[in-house]
Amino acid sequence: MASVLVLYAHPAPHKSRINRRLAAAAREVAGVTFRDLYELYPDFMIDVEEEQKLLKEHDVIVLQHPFYWYSAPALVKEYLDLVLTYGWAYGEGGTVLQGKILLQSISAGGSEDVYCSQGRNRFTIRQLLAPFDQTAFLCGMRYLAPHIVYSANQLSDAASIQPFAQRYMRLLKALRDETLPLEQAASAEKINDLIPA
Amino acid sequence: MHAPHFFLSAFIYLGAAVLLVPVAHRLGLGSVLGYLIGGAMIGPFVLGWVGGTQGEEAMHFAEFGVVIMLFMIGLELEPARLWRMRGPIFGLGGLQVLLTALAVMGIAMAFGLEIKPAIATGMILALSSTAIVIQTLQEKALMRTDGGSDSFAVLLFQDISVIPMLAVFPLLAASVARMEHHGWLHELPHWAQPLVTLGAVVAIVIAGQFIVPRGFAILAKTGLRELLTAAALLLIVGVALLMTQVGLSPALGAFVAGVVLAGSHYRHELESNLEPFKGLLLGLFFLAVGASLDFSVIAGKPLLVAALVFALIALKVVVMFVIATFLKIRGSHRWLLSLALAQGGEFAFALLSMAIQQEILEAEVSRLLVAVVALSMAVTPLLFIIYERIIAPRYTAVSKDQRAPDRINENAPVILAGFGRFGNFVGRFMMSQGVKVTVLESDPDHVDMLRKFGFKVFYGDATRLDLLHAAGIEHACLLIIALADQAKVAQLVTEVRAKFPKLRIMARAHDYDQRFELMNLGLASEDTVHEQMGSAQDLAVRALRALGKPAYATERAARRWRRYDEETVHLLVPVHEDEDAYASIVRERRIELTQLFEKDLAELSDDSDKGWEISRAEES
Repeated sequence: MASVLVLYAHPAPHKSRINRRLAAAAREVAGVTFRDLYELYPDFMIDVEEEQKLLKEHDVIVLQHPFYWYSAPALVKEYLDLVLTYGWAYGEGGTVLQGKILLQSISAGGSEDVYCSQGRNRFTIRQLLAPFDQTAFLCGMRYLAPHIVYSANQLSDAASIQPFAQRYMRLLKALRDETLPLEQAASAEKINDLIPA
Repeated sequence: MHAPHFFLSAFIYLGAAVLLVPVAHRLGLGSVLGYLIGGAMIGPFVLGWVGGTQGEEAMHFAEFGVVIMLFMIGLELEPARLWRMRGPIFGLGGLQVLLTALAVMGIAMAFGLEIKPAIATGMILALSSTAIVIQTLQEKALMRTDGGSDSFAVLLFQDISVIPMLAVFPLLAASVARMEHHGWLHELPHWAQPLVTLGAVVAIVIAGQFIVPRGFAILAKTGLRELLTAAALLLIVGVALLMTQVGLSPALGAFVAGVVLAGSHYRHELESNLEPFKGLLLGLFFLAVGASLDFSVIAGKPLLVAALVFALIALKVVVMFVIATFLKIRGSHRWLLSLALAQGGEFAFALLSMAIQQEILEAEVSRLLVAVVALSMAVTPLLFIIYERIIAPRYTAVSKDQRAPDRINENAPVILAGFGRFGNFVGRFMMSQGVKVTVLESDPDHVDMLRKFGFKVFYGDATRLDLLHAAGIEHACLLIIALADQAKVAQLVTEVRAKFPKLRIMARAHDYDQRFELMNLGLASEDTVHEQMGSAQDLAVRALRALGKPAYATERAARRWRRYDEETVHLLVPVHEDEDAYASIVRERRIELTQLFEKDLAELSDDSDKGWEISRAEES
């Protein structure tokens, strides 16, 4: 059993359709610690000590957020800037995160085919997430392919979103129960297809 | 007292006060000297308008002013603060009374007095004048300096020591004559007397703690202000009566009652109700002291009287100075303490008349001493002037020079006027950020704590220019005004802007109107803060979050709201003076606000953060 920490970041949950429901699903999963960063730190005053403590206590870290401008909402960046300190997460003596797993759960407005070298966005989401990948690498963490919900703005009713919420739950459980094929998950474009049915 | 006669006396007393006190004040002599001179003029030995037994009556009546004054001093001293003063009270005060009494006794015996009258003389002259000293200290804003508070501690001990003195006096009597005015208390068995006395003090403490505040609460509900005044006077008269019954000094009892009530809600109410009575009665008291000056004694032996007055003052100054040096009190405080307490006290009059009654002192000696004590009191304001004009400036000059090395970081101090509920947040936060803050504060309760945390604190009313100078306003880079009193804020801004036009001033405002007022006085809008804005917004945000609104979006909405409000202020301020234009803009703005509300409602939520919408950049 691995302990899972979900760090959820959405600046406007009242406008969210996908992430709000995914977040609700994640809260349901036993053994998952769920943190709503924008609720906790609406003033961006991240409690570094508390967050470091939580990171230390968990084996799997999931950053769940909408894909804003090919990246995460601002608070996630602030989080990484402040919490992953030298001598703690990386650098001399910075070994706390070593061996832990990091992955992202992302909702993107565009469809899968615009995220490729021929598409309008020219890169795959996995490629665009390179800074996160490298961050994990520097901290000695294992970075897995992202969980992605494509075409988010075409999904509006609860019924069409429900299957994605279910899939997300299964992902979190698999991470918790350590049943995911990690080698494949690390090298895949996205983790969606590796989630057990 | 006949009614017409009463009016005539009242006219004479008040007339002397109204005519002479302003003159004395103008000449920088202080009000006390003005009253004393006025009293001497109308007294039996100059104009003879008042005096004799009637003058003594006036004096006894006026002594109530001293009682009220001690009550009010008690009000400003919470028990904890008093407890912290126990060192100076018993150390400094005890030594002063003991050593002065011994020295006077020795000199008296050297001049041929018997031991018993010499002891009595020593005790009588060891006392100083609470009324004159405290009135003068307060008038000159020295009460809260170290020298002032030490002076007060000594005076307090003197008031306490009157009790054993009264007890010792009968033992010094040549005959076995007993004092009559202790009455029923002395008919009790010996062991019971201290118990009754103690019981009276305990009764005051209990009544002050539990009964009086409730009584005041009931009276306050009637909404009749004069009832509260009457109750305050009743309280003090009652305490004074009780104290005389059990043989304690009424002033001391009133002081205890004041200390007990220092923590009550009615403290300020009591103070403002009693202030005029205290002032008038103290004035009357000083007039009466002036009137009691026996110029026939003085005229009879002018050189002897002058020599004795000089000797008394010199002796008391020297004794106090030596004690202060021994107790490591330094600088100007040592001088203030020594000079302030150099006169004889009002208790001396009572003790001297008792000494005659009990035949401890010869009438001639006693009359001489009365004149000496009264004259020494009259000279006190002059001693204060010596302190102010000659001694204090020397020390401030010296200490400034000594401080030259660490003045670098104090070169441009931030001055914070007011350390109440608002100012303390400002000051504490700025201190935590390593900024040196100089605080001007008129509430003594805060001061010890402030000093402990390294604040530079100046006591007193921030609108006083001398205090601002003391705080170094000419070098200051910023003045922050956090005073609650709106009139004082405006006054301070006006004065400081006139004298130091380049100094940046920031101020808190109670409401929009005060903010406009401040901006009209020349403050930049970003240098004025509506004091409720932050907290109201905070609460509204919390309320919205309690209703389940998303935290971050609500936070942003609140900040947007704040910005909008700032724009309103900017728009309104130029026309604030013009009532019509003001009203129309307010109306307009209100309409705009309504429209904004409607827009918000129509779009269900704020519409400014469109970036959060789900259609992202990658979608076209």
